[in-house]
Amino acid sequence: MPVTADRMIEIRKLTKTFGLNPVLRGLDLDVPRGQFLTLLGPNGSGKTTLLRILGALARPTSGTVRIGGWELPSEAEFVRAQLGVVSHQPLLYDTLTAEENLLFFARLYHLPPETRRARVVEVLERVGLARRARDVVQTYSRGMQQRLAIARAILHNPAILLLDEPYTGLDQDAAAVLDDLLRQVATEGRTVIMTTHDLRRGYALADRIAILSRGKIAFDAPCREIDPDALPTLYADVTGAVTTR
Amino acid sequence: MTVSPEPTTSPAPAETAATRPATASARARQRLTPFWRAVGAIAWKDLRAEIRSRELINSMVLFTFMTVMVFSLALELDREARQTTVAGVLWVTVVFAGMIGLSRSLAAEKDRGSLDALLLAPIDRGALFFGKMIGNLLFVLVIALVLLVLLTVLFNVTLLKPLLVLVVLLGSIGFTAAGTLLSSMTVHARAREALLPIILMPVVLPVLISAVRASTTILEGLPRDDWLPWLQLLAVADVIFLAAGYGLFDYVVEE
Ligand SMILES: Nc1ncnc2c1ncn2[C@@H]1O[C@H](COP(=O)(O)OP(=O)(O)O)[C@@H](O)[C@H]1O
Ligand SMILES: [Mg+2]
Repeated sequence: MPVTADRMIEIRKLTKTFGLNPVLRGLDLDVPRGQFLTLLGPNGSGKTTLLRILGALARPTSGTVRIGGWELPSEAEFVRAQLGVVSHQPLLYDTLTAEENLLFFARLYHLPPETRRARVVEVLERVGLARRARDVVQTYSRGMQQRLAIARAILHNPAILLLDEPYTGLDQDAAAVLDDLLRQVATEGRTVIMTTHDLRRGYALADRIAILSRGKIAFDAPCREIDPDALPTLYADVTGAVTTR
Repeated sequence: MTVSPEPTTSPAPAETAATRPATASARARQRLTPFWRAVGAIAWKDLRAEIRSRELINSMVLFTFMTVMVFSLALELDREARQTTVAGVLWVTVVFAGMIGLSRSLAAEKDRGSLDALLLAPIDRGALFFGKMIGNLLFVLVIALVLLVLLTVLFNVTLLKPLLVLVVLLGSIGFTAAGTLLSSMTVHARAREALLPIILMPVVLPVLISAVRASTTILEGLPRDDWLPWLQLLAVADVIFLAAGYGLFDYVVEE
């Protein structure tokens, strides 16, 4: 099948049902290469479910998903090799040090042995954790763990980043550090989908905003067409929710 | 199983990594992690984390000591009776101590969320099975070694025979293969710690019975015809459980 090179993520008529609970109901979404898409939506609207399907952690009930030209779920291994994932949980081993964690994932992602250590040092420096590299992750603050989670996600230089509420549990400072980091990471030509409840942050980082509601993309527009001050009202209109921000 | 050539490329730049021109499929395959490397990385990580925390091995060894003490006090046996019961004591203890490790190994990954990290890696799910299984096997073998020494001293029976060590190895492989597969099924369940022993016991029964029989006949010094069939049965059970784990892990480990 021909592949349109500039369409990195291609979702058609995607449905996902848990038991009798239809979470995604015929969702269509295209994300071009290099775009930063912020995905908004109320709790339980299925944002995590969608990202888990894209990460091949959950199987779609029906519909097609193509990532970088590879089909899910049949070519999941090839899809996974291109993905970096950050979720609300750090996905790290607390009893290992930051360095040991990253070296382990470097081996799992098959980074060449001769450059592995250098790459680990490089990403630790990027997230500002080089000095704490030899400390076990247990001793890290939530913000540091989240930064290390980002280091883990970009370790193999993936073309696509999936970020599921990466700001959860971070204080102001840690969130600001994460802002900088995400901005840097996004300017490297990566395709990013981030879910968040923070409308302002989501807007500031993104090229495009989509709102997931009732199992479908209920709103979808480039940021330049959206007035940031009107976003809370817009969000409330689309989801039928009351926002405080 | 995937066998790929030695890695030569550093991670491709983000903008070229994800296209799939028809010719690039070999290159894409190269980005996948070779099977046995993934297995080694996972087993080594478990070993490393355990050496650091000693959470599991401490409780397994302690449990082993207690059980053997209870057995040796409860069964005030003469020399002959000891000969015939020691194999049973050995295997019952291996199974119950091993259960402690098996019920925690994947559950801990799940609770931390690191199970997702493993499932997100571009590795064959079969490699994930073997990696976790080898980690579990190493802990069970440590327990078995402690037991062989302990029982030799307390029961005054020489257990450190090459043939018996072979039986211990084969029995432990079958037990941990079945246990790793079944623990991946129970890991998403609510009462998983209680569930695992209940479903694992009947499944490993063939392994357990043939391991006990093989051990007893070897310890009694019976001729080859008496223990060889049990050893063969044990080997067959191992192959079945390893194949089942390799083939089925993909389906059971996902939610
Ligand atoms: N593993 C699961 N089993 C059953 N229901 C689930 C599972 N995961 C999510 N759900 C349900 O799917 C819906 C969407 O959840 P989720 O994707 O986590 O939403 P969000 O991330 O937008 O808050 C919720 O109603 C949730 O209860
Ligand atoms: Mg969520």
